[in-house]
This record gives sequence, C-alpha cells and structure tokens, in this order.
Amino acid sequence: MEKELICVNCPMGCRLTAVIEDNKVVSVTGNRCPRGKAYAETECIRPERILTTTVRITGGIHRVLPVISEQALPLDRIMEAMEVLRTVQVQAPVTVGDIIAADILGTGINIVASRSMDAC
Amino acid sequence: MKQVQAVIIGGGSAGLSAAVTLKKQGISDVLVIEKDEEPGGILEQCIHNGFGLQTFKEQLSGPAYAERFIKMAQEQNVKILLNTTVTKLTADRTVEYVNAEEGVVQVQAGAVILAVGCYERPRGGINITGTRPAGIYTAGQAQRYLNIDGYMVGKRVFILGSGDIGLIMARRMTLEGAKVIGVAELMPYSNGLPRNMKQCLEDFNIPLLLSHTVSKVFGKDRLERIEVVAVDENRNPIAGSEQYFDVDTLLLSVGLIPENHLADHAGIVMDPSTKGPAVDDRYMTSAEGIFACGNGLHVHDLVDFVTLQAERAAEGAAAYLKSGKRKGSALHIRNGNQISYCVPSQFYPEDPAEKLTVYFRVRTPLDRGTLVIRSGEQIIRQVKKQKLLPSVMEEAVLTAKQMAVLTDDITIEITEEG
Repeated sequence: MEKELICVNCPMGCRLTAVIEDNKVVSVTGNRCPRGKAYAETECIRPERILTTTVRITGGIHRVLPVISEQALPLDRIMEAMEVLRTVQVQAPVTVGDIIAADILGTGINIVASRSMDAC
Repeated sequence: MKQVQAVIIGGGSAGLSAAVTLKKQGISDVLVIEKDEEPGGILEQCIHNGFGLQTFKEQLSGPAYAERFIKMAQEQNVKILLNTTVTKLTADRTVEYVNAEEGVVQVQAGAVILAVGCYERPRGGINITGTRPAGIYTAGQAQRYLNIDGYMVGKRVFILGSGDIGLIMARRMTLEGAKVIGVAELMPYSNGLPRNMKQCLEDFNIPLLLSHTVSKVFGKDRLERIEVVAVDENRNPIAGSEQYFDVDTLLLSVGLIPENHLADHAGIVMDPSTKGPAVDDRYMTSAEGIFACGNGLHVHDLVDFVTLQAERAAEGAAAYLKSGKRKGSALHIRNGNQISYCVPSQFYPEDPAEKLTVYFRVRTPLDRGTLVIRSGEQIIRQVKKQKLLPSVMEEAVLTAKQMAVLTDDITIEITEEG
C-alpha cells in the first residue's frame, strides 16, 4: 500500500510517499533529509508530534513560560500531557533547556523550557 | 544632535540579525530601538517549533531562536533601547524616538535599517457586517494574550482565514481546551504551509471550509453567533448557502501587511506589490542610506529567510557606511506572468553582488511550471518547478557574471505547462 504524507518536521513540508507492507514502512521517497524518512516511518504506524505549550511561572517578566518536548510524543497522548502540564507551576529564574516536567507520562521524554526567564 | 553610525528600527529577528552582522562588519556604533519590554519581536509569542533548521541546523521554538540572537547581540555589545518607540524618520536619516527615561530624542544616523515587522489586517480591513461585540481578535493578538500574557480568549472558536498564524492558533486553542469549530478560507486553496494544514487541522479533525467566508456576526456585549457563507469564483456570497455557528470567539488570520508608516512618512518609494519599501540588491530603499529587511519589507513564511535577508541588508548598510554611493545606475526586476511580487526590485549591473537571490511568490497554486528569468527578450535562466503555492516563498538566483552583462530590465515569470 502507498501512502502520501506531508512531512511536518520543518516548514519545507516535503511531500512524501511511503510504501507500507505488513504494517511496516518499506520505502520512503520525496524526503530531502533523514528526518523525513523517520517521520514517514512513525506516521504510518503511530504518529508522533513535538508538543509546545506554556506553563505558569511566578517571579518572571511574564505569567507563562514556553516549554517544548525534547522529542516527539505519541499524538494520541498529547491531550493527556496537556492535562499534566496545566498543573505545573515554576519559579523564575529559568534557563532555556531546564527540565520543567521530567519523563512526561512515563514516556521517558522531558518537557523543557524553550526560553530563559530572569527573576524580576 | 547625537550622531550614531547605524540605527536599526526594531529588535525582532531581522533587527537582531542585522545588528550582529553590522558589528561583525566592523561597524562599532550600532543602536537597536525596540518598542517592547524585551527584544525578540514576534518570535517570543511563536512558541511552536520549526524555527532555525537552516540557520542552526536544528528545530527550535520561536523564543529559543530569538534567544540565540539576543545572546549574539549581547556578546557583540549591541546597544538595545527597550520600551522605546520611533515616532519619525526623515529621508536625511534623522530618527526621532520616545521613551519614559529620555523623553523625545532625535539622533542623526549614518545608516538606518528598517526592521519594523508587519501588522495583521484587522476586522475593519474586510467587510464583516453586524454588531461590534467583544470576542473578535486577530490571530496574532490572541496568540500574544495566550502565549505571553497567559490568558485564554475564548472557549468556542471559529477562525477566518487559513494563514499560518490562524492554523497554529487552531491547534493552540484546542490544546488549551477550547473547541475550534472550523476554519473558513475565502480562496479555493489554503493560504497556510502544507505542514500546518496537517499538524494543526487534520491532527485535531478541525474542518477547513474552502471558498467560504464569515458574512455576519451577532452578539451584544460578547460574540454569540456567526454567519458563514460559501462564495463563488468571483468571491461573491452565494445566496442560500448561509450556515450559523454559535461561538464566543472569532479569530482573523486574513493577511499580514508590512508596517510602513515610518518609511511612507520619510517619502520612501513603496512597492505596491509587497506594500513595503522598494529596495535594490543591497536592500537600500529610495532614500540614500536607509535600508529595509524582514517582514517590514515583505512578509516571510520562515524566520530563517528573515535572518539571511537581514544579514544582506546589514552588509549593504556597512558597505554604504564605508564607501558611500554605488557606481552606475540600477536596472529593475519586474513581476512577469504568475508572479505576485519580487524582492529586491532593482540591482546594479556595474556593481554586482557575488550572487543575487530574488525572493518571489506565485499568484495561484501551480502543479508545475518553468521559472524563466528574462532580460528583454533574452532568456538568462530557466528552472523547472513543481507544486508552487502562494503561501510558499520561492527564490530565483542570478550570478555576478549573469548580471554584469545585462543592459535591460529583468522580468521573472512562470510559464505554465498544459
């Protein structure tokens, strides 16, 4: 079976064609980088996405701090991860890359700060 | 009046990148003027990922991308004035700004780089009839409330326009627990990047209504209901196609326009096809020593291109500060068949850059076509292209050798195949 996909890794948005046999991706074409191949392989089996959102912060310049998952999470668990992050509150100062929620939902993936925020 | 070698108006992605490049070019006295309380510009509210793949070979969020440039600017000792608004620019490069500490100040700049960004087309710019309730926001405004100020603007949301910010806000509002009822797009095709159609709408089963628009809003204090209609090929409403949706929020993602009132006031020649200043291949405007780059010049879809363009503009400004006016006269770069705009729109064949990258957009989606660069009747370059979309900025490249022999204006066009 052939499946047409749009790679979501970067704004290039490559149009990929994946060939699937026995629930496995056997070939990928149309990708301009290795990320595209990896994307097609998971997208046809269990889609994954990078999660970006905000958590509450006190003592900083703003009321919220942007955060990002270090790796892609299963798309079907994104809303669950949001539920967890809704309860997280951090204190400034924070440095970009600081772990905000370790091992989210037991996936082994950390949610980290995507910017620094000084105390003020 | 205080003298400054280079003043950069705007401390977002274009301004910061231009400042770092100017310093690296040996221009020591660089002043960045930023209206917000921190540098970074619109990147600070674009918390999604996908930034920096070309510049840093990795995928960053908007704030993380900005932070790298803020750090570089600090390392180069760039002076950034925050909470400061430029109120006036004149063609002789007098810059007037105002802030709470200094009041109104005028400085004389050797060179000015406009890195002023763009603004969103507001409700007044499209004809939606009805009342004037709360709950109608531009997508970027709602994005700022949510991602920087930490406020949700509504619970049941409809989005007009399929621009990227609208699509990204559809996902963002969904993640935060709102119900996004749908997205309407006036044109028969999406105006967003294909990846955002996938990961922002399809991932969350949000319907996209092509050739539809919002025709009326209802509600006294708060938005209560909207009327959506289908449109024909001339974008006129089709009678009898009305649908009604009960929503408390309408987000508008109906176009970005370069912020040009400073340039306009300075008498700088505007390019009607970009709505930003017309610039040459060093990004100089019609006013000597005033340069422009980033979304204030033309609206980009990738910050990486903004960074690159700001570097070119800063190199242009540095060259101007070192050696003044250029040799010879400029030739024009014109929009041919299917091209909605070209930037830059002029170049100097007697003083060519090593390579000239012309950014352009197509008017309508094209499955395949040939990009043709012509000078008069002579074809300089032809490149086969596939899947051209108005939402995706394209490039045409000319080498110094190709430019040096030209005597006629250039036209960039797409010839379509049957």
